[in-house]
Amino acid sequence: MKKVQVLGPGCPKCQQVAANVTEAAKAAGVQVEVEKVSKPMDIAKYGVMFTPGLAVEGEVVCAGRIPGVEEIKGWLEAEPAKERK
Amino acid sequence: MSGSEKCACEPSEVLFFPCSGGSNCGQIAHHAAVDLAKAGRGKLFCLAGIGGHVKGLIESAKAAKVLVAIDGCPALCAKKTLEHAELPPQIHLVVTELGIEKKSGYLDFSPEELAICRDRLEQLLDERVELTK
Repeated sequence: MKKVQVLGPGCPKCQQVAANVTEAAKAAGVQVEVEKVSKPMDIAKYGVMFTPGLAVEGEVVCAGRIPGVEEIKGWLEAEPAKERK
Repeated sequence: MSGSEKCACEPSEVLFFPCSGGSNCGQIAHHAAVDLAKAGRGKLFCLAGIGGHVKGLIESAKAAKVLVAIDGCPALCAKKTLEHAELPPQIHLVVTELGIEKKSGYLDFSPEELAICRDRLEQLLDERVELTK
């Protein structure tokens, strides 16, 4: 089970990211738990200045754009980083 | 999302990265960036976060179209910090190249010196806009 954080206040772009995560997880055969991080101070802890942002296991993988399903699939399939950067 | 919350879904096209160093020139770089950000020409960004490899900040910076490095002196710390994070700036300015002498440990500067830096930055931004038309 991978934990994925969708970072954003909850506007349609954030919802699109969450939908893409669900689709990518299905395609990759990876179980995910999607956490929606919507409070500005909580988003700030990730260092994300522009939303929507996406983090996999707490590691930010993109910000300020909506990543595609294939791109997210790659992140979900990747080995987790040994240490959080 | 409540109506009072500001959505951050539209990344700034222009990000300013002043070195904000410990000299008159570093402070001129910083204040010129603050003035231009307040004037709506872009957004002041956190160079320290880039240097600290804060992934969220680096990914956020990638969403911008124009990164502006503003260095006080030829040490080029702002430009090198961005390049180290594989974020080469599209615009780069060095305050000492504007004829302003660096005085280490001396943080004061004149309004005229600030205006020289700010005007040059505006000129570089305008040229960039022309190029992308």
